[in-house]
Amino acid sequence: MNLLRRLTDGVPSRALWCLGLLLVGLLVAPAVLGKYGLSVLILILYFAYVGQAWNIMMGFAGQLSLGHALYAGLGGYIAAGLFFHYGIGPWAGLFVAVAAASAAGAVVGYLGFRFSLAGVYFALLTIAFSEFTRIAFDHWGWVGGSGGLFLKVDATVNLLNLRGGPILFYYVILALAVGAFILCRLLLESRLGRYWLAIREDAEAAQAVGVPVLRCKMIAVVISAAMTALAGVWNAFYYNNLFPETAFAMGRSIEFTLAPIIGGLGTLFGPIVGAVVLTGLGEIFTDLSEVFHISGIKQIFYGLALLIIVMYRPAGVWPWLADRFGFGEKRR
Amino acid sequence: MTSDFLLSLAQAITKGLLTGMVYGLMALGLSVIFGVMRVVNFAHGELMVVGMYLAWMGFEYLQVSPMLSLPLIAAVFFVAGYALQRGVISPFIGRPEHQQFLLLLAIAILLVNACLAIAGPDSRGVQMESQFDSYELGPLVFDAVRLHAALVAVAIAGLLWLFFTRTRIGKSIRAAADNHMGALVVGLDVKRLYAFTFGVGAACVGAAGALMITIIPVTPFLAAEYTLLAFVIVIVGGLGSMTGALLGGLLIGVSEAVAGLLLQPSLKSMVSFGILILVLLLRPQGLLGKNSQ
Amino acid sequence: MSGAHLELAGVGKNFRGLRAVHDVSFAVPAGAIHALIGPNGAGKTTIFNMIAGVYRPDAGQVNLDGKKISGLRPDLVCDAGVGRTFQIVKPFKGLSVLENVTVGALHRRPNLTDARAAAADILQGLGLHDRRNQAAESLTLPDRKRLEVARALATEPKLLLLDEVMAGLRPTEVDVMVAFLRDLNARTGLTVLLIEHVMRAVMALAAEVVVVSYGEKIAQGTPAEIARHQAVLDVYLGEEEA
Repeated sequence: MNLLRRLTDGVPSRALWCLGLLLVGLLVAPAVLGKYGLSVLILILYFAYVGQAWNIMMGFAGQLSLGHALYAGLGGYIAAGLFFHYGIGPWAGLFVAVAAASAAGAVVGYLGFRFSLAGVYFALLTIAFSEFTRIAFDHWGWVGGSGGLFLKVDATVNLLNLRGGPILFYYVILALAVGAFILCRLLLESRLGRYWLAIREDAEAAQAVGVPVLRCKMIAVVISAAMTALAGVWNAFYYNNLFPETAFAMGRSIEFTLAPIIGGLGTLFGPIVGAVVLTGLGEIFTDLSEVFHISGIKQIFYGLALLIIVMYRPAGVWPWLADRFGFGEKRR
Repeated sequence: MTSDFLLSLAQAITKGLLTGMVYGLMALGLSVIFGVMRVVNFAHGELMVVGMYLAWMGFEYLQVSPMLSLPLIAAVFFVAGYALQRGVISPFIGRPEHQQFLLLLAIAILLVNACLAIAGPDSRGVQMESQFDSYELGPLVFDAVRLHAALVAVAIAGLLWLFFTRTRIGKSIRAAADNHMGALVVGLDVKRLYAFTFGVGAACVGAAGALMITIIPVTPFLAAEYTLLAFVIVIVGGLGSMTGALLGGLLIGVSEAVAGLLLQPSLKSMVSFGILILVLLLRPQGLLGKNSQ
Repeated sequence: MSGAHLELAGVGKNFRGLRAVHDVSFAVPAGAIHALIGPNGAGKTTIFNMIAGVYRPDAGQVNLDGKKISGLRPDLVCDAGVGRTFQIVKPFKGLSVLENVTVGALHRRPNLTDARAAAADILQGLGLHDRRNQAAESLTLPDRKRLEVARALATEPKLLLLDEVMAGLRPTEVDVMVAFLRDLNARTGLTVLLIEHVMRAVMALAAEVVVVSYGEKIAQGTPAEIARHQAVLDVYLGEEEA
C-alpha cells in the first residue's frame, strides 16, 4: 500500500485513469490482436523496456553510452549458452547473465568515470568494449563463433524453460516493461534519482553539495546494464538465435538509444512514446517500401523521419505531447 | 624461416603504412570538423563510402580513373559539406551531444541507404591497369596502387597544412577553433567559417574515398566500420591535431596489417579497439593531442 | 546548526611549477565571519578549492574543528560540514529552483518530501520562494547568486564559503544579502568565509579580513586596520595604475 502511495503521489487522477486503462488494454490485447498485431506490440514493449534501461544512464545520470548492445549480448549469450550446453533454464541462467552484464557495466563505467572520460569520449569507450566483445565472440567456439548459437524452436508452452509461442513472450516483455516503468518512477522520486539529475546537470556542483558522484554514476551503469541484460535474455529465447554480428553490433546499441531520444530524454514516458513512434514508423515504411522494390528504401524513409523529428522536436515527442494535452510530465 | 617471417612482417608493415596514409586523410576530415566545431560527425564513414561509390561510378560508367576524378569528387564534397553545414547542422552547434548524434545518425542512414538503393548490396571495385604493378626496394615489394594512393594522400594533407597556415581563411578557421567568443568579437563570420570547415573536412574524406576505392572494393556495409575506424584513429592520434590524425592513421594501418598477419584478418579491428581503449584510459588527449587541462 | 572552527596551516599549491598559493595560514573562529580579499589572480579561489576538496594542497593542511579535511573528496568535505558557492555560478540548469535546493537538502535528509520542505524554507528566507517552480536557467544573475547560497545552505553546513556572491548585485541587493547573512550568522552561529570584491559588503560583514597577493598572505586584521595597511594599499593602488 505504501509503495502504491509513493508511486501515485502527485500524479493527477486523470493520468492515473489513463494509465490504468492502458494497462488493462495491454493485458487483454492478445485476445483481440492477430498474430501480426501482437508481434508489433511485442516489438514496441521490447524497445520501451530497453529504452527505459538506457534512459537511466543517459536521461537521468547524463552518461552517453553507445555500447549497450554489450550488456544485452552478454545477457542473451550467457542464458542461451547455459541452456544450450547444460540445459540450465533461463530463470536460473538470468542470474548469471545479469551478474555478468552488471560486472561488465561496472568495469566500463569504472574505467570511464575513474579516468574522467565524458561525453563523446565515454561513448567511444562503450563502443570500443562492445566491438571488442563482438569480435571475441566471433572467434569463440563455445558460443558458436560467427556461425551463431541456435536454440531449438519449441512452441509448446514450458514456463520453466521460457519456451512457448508469442503470447508467452508478450506477457513476459509486458511484465518487464511495466516493472521497468515502476522502477524508474521510484528511482526518479528518490534521493538517488535526484542525485543523478544533479550529476547530469553539473557534476562539480553536485559533488559540492555532497553527492558521491562516482558511486551514483556506478549505480546507474550497473542498474542499466542489468536491466539491459534481461532484455538480452528475453530476446535470445524469443528469437532462438544469436549472432555476434547482430547481438553486439553498434547498430543494436544505437537502436536502444533511439526510443528515449525520440520520445524525450530523461522522462518516464519518453521511451514508451518513442518506441510507439519508431516501431510504428518502421512498420509503415516496411509496407510502403514493398510498393517500390528498391533495397534500402525503408531505411531512407526511416532516416528522413528521424531527421524531421530531431530538427523540429529536438527535446523529443513526449514533452511536446504532454504540453499540448496537459499531462505535464516535465523533464526534470 | 625466421628471415622469411621477418620479410613478411616488413611487407605487412609497408602495406599497413601505405593504407594508413589513406586512413589518415579520412581521419583528418573528422579531426578538422571536430576540432573547429566540436561536432562529432557520426556520418563520416558514410561520407567516405559515398566518395568511394562516386569514384567507382566514374570508373565504371565514364572510364575515368579514380585518381583523375578525385579533384572533382573533392570539389563536390566541399560544396555538399558547405551546404549541409549551412542548411542542416548549423542550428545544432552548441546543442546537447545526443541531439547532434541523432542528427548525424539520420544523415548517415540516408547516405548509406541511398548508396544501397542506387548501387545495390554487392561489392563494387575498380580494376585499374596498374592493379598488378609493383615497385621493388631491395627485398620489399610495394603495390603500385597502394603507393600511388598513399602519395596522393600525403600530398593532399600537405595542401591542407598550407591552407591552414598560409591562407587568410585557414588562419581564421584556426582562430575560431581556438576561441569561439574571440572570433565573434573580432568580427569573423563564424557561420561561414564553420560551413567552410565542414566543406574542407568533407572534401578530405571524399578524396580519401576516391583513393580507397583503388585499394579495396566498396559495399554499403563498410560505412559504419569506417565511421568507427575514423574515430579510433582520431582519438588515438589526438582530436584536433592534424599530424595526430595522420600518425593515428599510420599506427592503425600498421596494427591492422600486422594483426592480420600474426593473428587472423578478422581479428584486426579487435587490435584497433584494444589500442583505442588503452589510449582513452592512459592518454585521453591522444598521442599528439594537447592536454585540455 | 552551529559554526565550526576553520584553520589553514601553511597551505600551498602549485600548478605545473607555477606557484598559485604559498604558505598561507589563517583561522576563522567558530561563529565568525571573515573575508578573503586580494587582486584578481591572487589565489583566493584556489584557497577556497583547497578547503572545499577540489584541490589537494601540495603543502600544509586544512582543519575543521581540529579534524583534517584537506585531501578529502568534495562530497566528503561537504559531509564534514562545509558548504560552498561557485564564483561562476553552477545551477542545475534544467531543474527547477526548488529542485536545485532540494538536491542540497537531500544531503542531510534522505526523504524527498522532507528535503523539499527544508528547501522551501530556505528559499523563503532568500526571497526566491516565488520563483521556486521556474527552471534555474531562466533566473537572472542576482537570483542565480542567491540560488547558489540557498543550495549551499541546504546542506546544513557549519562553515559557509561564499565566492563573490555580491558581484553583479545592485547596492540595495547587496544590502539585502548582507542583512540575510548577518541574521543567519546571528541566529545559527554559522561560520562564514567570503571572497569578495564589494568592499561595502566586506566592511559591513567581516570581523576580520585576510589579504592575499600573488598567492601569499600579506595582511590580516579588522576592516579598519586593513583599510590603513600600507602593503594592502600598495597592492590595490598598484593594480589601479596597471
